Amino acid sequence: MIKVKSTGLRGAANVCSHNGRNPLTAMFACDETVLGQGYAIYCLFEDCHAHDIQVVRAQFEMDEELKYESLTPLFPAAAWYEREIFDMFGIEPLNHPDLRPLVLHESYPEGFYPLRKKVAVDANIHGEREFKIATAQGEGLFEVAVGPIHAGIIEPGHFRFSQAGEAILQLDAKLFYTHRGIEKAVEGKTVDEALFIVERICGACSIANTLSFCQAVEKLSEKSVPRRAWVIRTCLAELERLYNHVGDTGNLCAGVGFTVPNNIGARLKELLMRCNEQVAGNRFLRGMIVPGGVLFDIDEEKRNVIASTLDTVEKEYERLVQILSEQDGFLNRVKNTGIVLKKTATDLSMVGVGARASGFSRDSRKDLAYGIYPELSFDVITEQAGDVYARLLVREKEVRESIKLVRQILELINSEDNSGLRAADLTYRAEEGSWGISESARGSDLHWVMLDKNQKIYRLFVRSASYPNWPALPVALHGEIIPDFPLVNKSFELCYACLDR
Amino acid sequence: MLKLIEAIFAGRIQTEDIDTVGSKQFRGELNCNTAQCDKCGECLQVCPVSAITINEYNRPIIDYKRCVFCGRCVDACAGCALYHSNLEALPEILTGSSVDVGRVTNIRPGRSLHVRHLDAGSCNACDFEMGALSNPLYDLHRFGVSFVASPRHADAVMVTGVVTRNLEKAVHMTYEAMEEPKVVIAVGACAAGGATYGETYAIVGALDKVLPVDIFVPGCPPRPSAMIVALLAAADLYLERSKSMGNK
Ligand code: SF4
Ligand code: SF4
Repeated sequence: MIKVKSTGLRGAANVCSHNGRNPLTAMFACDETVLGQGYAIYCLFEDCHAHDIQVVRAQFEMDEELKYESLTPLFPAAAWYEREIFDMFGIEPLNHPDLRPLVLHESYPEGFYPLRKKVAVDANIHGEREFKIATAQGEGLFEVAVGPIHAGIIEPGHFRFSQAGEAILQLDAKLFYTHRGIEKAVEGKTVDEALFIVERICGACSIANTLSFCQAVEKLSEKSVPRRAWVIRTCLAELERLYNHVGDTGNLCAGVGFTVPNNIGARLKELLMRCNEQVAGNRFLRGMIVPGGVLFDIDEEKRNVIASTLDTVEKEYERLVQILSEQDGFLNRVKNTGIVLKKTATDLSMVGVGARASGFSRDSRKDLAYGIYPELSFDVITEQAGDVYARLLVREKEVRESIKLVRQILELINSEDNSGLRAADLTYRAEEGSWGISESARGSDLHWVMLDKNQKIYRLFVRSASYPNWPALPVALHGEIIPDFPLVNKSFELCYACLDR
Repeated sequence: MLKLIEAIFAGRIQTEDIDTVGSKQFRGELNCNTAQCDKCGECLQVCPVSAITINEYNRPIIDYKRCVFCGRCVDACAGCALYHSNLEALPEILTGSSVDVGRVTNIRPGRSLHVRHLDAGSCNACDFEMGALSNPLYDLHRFGVSFVASPRHADAVMVTGVVTRNLEKAVHMTYEAMEEPKVVIAVGACAAGGATYGETYAIVGALDKVLPVDIFVPGCPPRPSAMIVALLAAADLYLERSKSMGNK
């Protein structure tokens, strides 16, 4: 960890990023006044060669003014992080190009900074603030407002299109509607108590969030996770990626009203969800991963269920892929639509399918080589075009990789002796930050945890995969037409719940 | 094109009857073998959402509005008295009605309901399960229930998640936009009990703090079958209400 004064943040971040070669993975603040240290801003850079994450910590002294030189002009990826830090802590980035509120909407008063330690978790403070939506102005331009309550069964978000005739000139998304204050809610809770909430940050990324959180706290403990637990965790993680990818392939077709493949996808996803229930007792695989390992085993009966589900899904998914590749009308809609250039992807430090479809090859399973992934054989899929079709192709190929992975893991569970499932009674080092990462269906999901002397959570920061990818959506829609919005949106398939927290 | 037509006709009919029994592993309704219960009170201690109380006969009573079916109480139960059955906890009607939730899955003609989904601050698992209702295995349409795009067209609203500060206004506006009579369904432990994340600066609370709730569906998330039961109960409740409105 590189420690600097607040004035040295920009310089240190610049060095750590290796002129932009190491992507900015996360940036957040922490109120350490209770520990006698003032506020701190942390920047995490992924060091692609060292398979590690470099941490820069900038310290504000107790009585120091909470202002610093914004990093956004250097790293566009910092834009949202800095807005969030300003919203939650009141630490102001000077010369930030767009310092509108991000997380807290109109009903919160100005000057209310919920993540400061002196604000009570259940502070019931109402007021007013201005929440401007960015729009383009000019003769003949008009706006179209959509959401937060949508026509379909999806999560809430408000989208404002500034239109020049049919073409989208600008899109601004107002998100964070489902902001539940989770990072504050877990403060002061034990790791086990927090785990149950972490598991419920997001449904579709339950395993990814739990796994990242567990890895973060496990690094603070002396005990190691039994190997068999890691094998089982990896199986769950790939099952989660699989049901998401299969369902998302079908959903994408709904974006163009192509019903048959949409329903094939929905049916296959249902089969996978039922398999999940038989493995974990919950269709979203909740209640199995815990700090130190897993709660129960995947026995032979469950392994057979998984194996036979995979066989069915694989066969029918291939047919779905075939149908999609042969429909000219469909291909016409998805090719060259919603393009994200590689430069944009790297500038925004995008992750997951969104990044890989634009030729930015990132996959935390390889890059940070956690758990047993280094001994499994799988490929990182990339495409170059960056359009909706490229994102579809990446997903299709990743389904094959995940099936391959689960089969390898089933072999491992089968052949290996039972080395125990859980390291019990973990104790954690206090006042030390620790990160954990895992690859969700949408990309890498990062948690950063710090505990206090009583083994309670002092600070949890969650940077889900959707966080860095959301800002790419407006870029992808530049010059497109509104009817393509659902399609492009579904091609990223981003979570609101994980972003909003 | 041929492949497409082939795909349409290749499959058998996939639709299944509604079954509220889960797989063997499924963590469903909680039961207690009172004979084995040593009344240690461990379950009360570990429940993250304080869903358990002990009644006058020393039996644990579960508040299914709050329970997230995490299994912690079962793990903690020293006497192994508490266990999850694989039966779903069924939706309950909170407002006065003669509808029998246990019997609504019998398909009968003349039933219809238009539903609007409203995410008030969910983790999206409840929403995903609601989306699954339209897949070929559940095929919600056969019951005469369909999702509509606007609250103005809806007879019932299905709400997921705890009501957040950022969505409170939208929740009110959606409800106001619906015509009378209307039915409100709280889906999942968040909307029904509101205890999932505790009380924070960003959370208003359970749905009943904001809207009059008619039916709640237990679960975290509820399985699609439980949601269908709730929707059919809502359809019957809606009919009952419109009749009584017509009589006035
Ligand atoms: S299963 Fe329900 S009652 Fe038992 S601990 Fe979990 S939330 Fe509480
Ligand atoms: S009840 Fe459970 S599944 Fe539903 S929104 Fe709440 S946490 Fe998510």
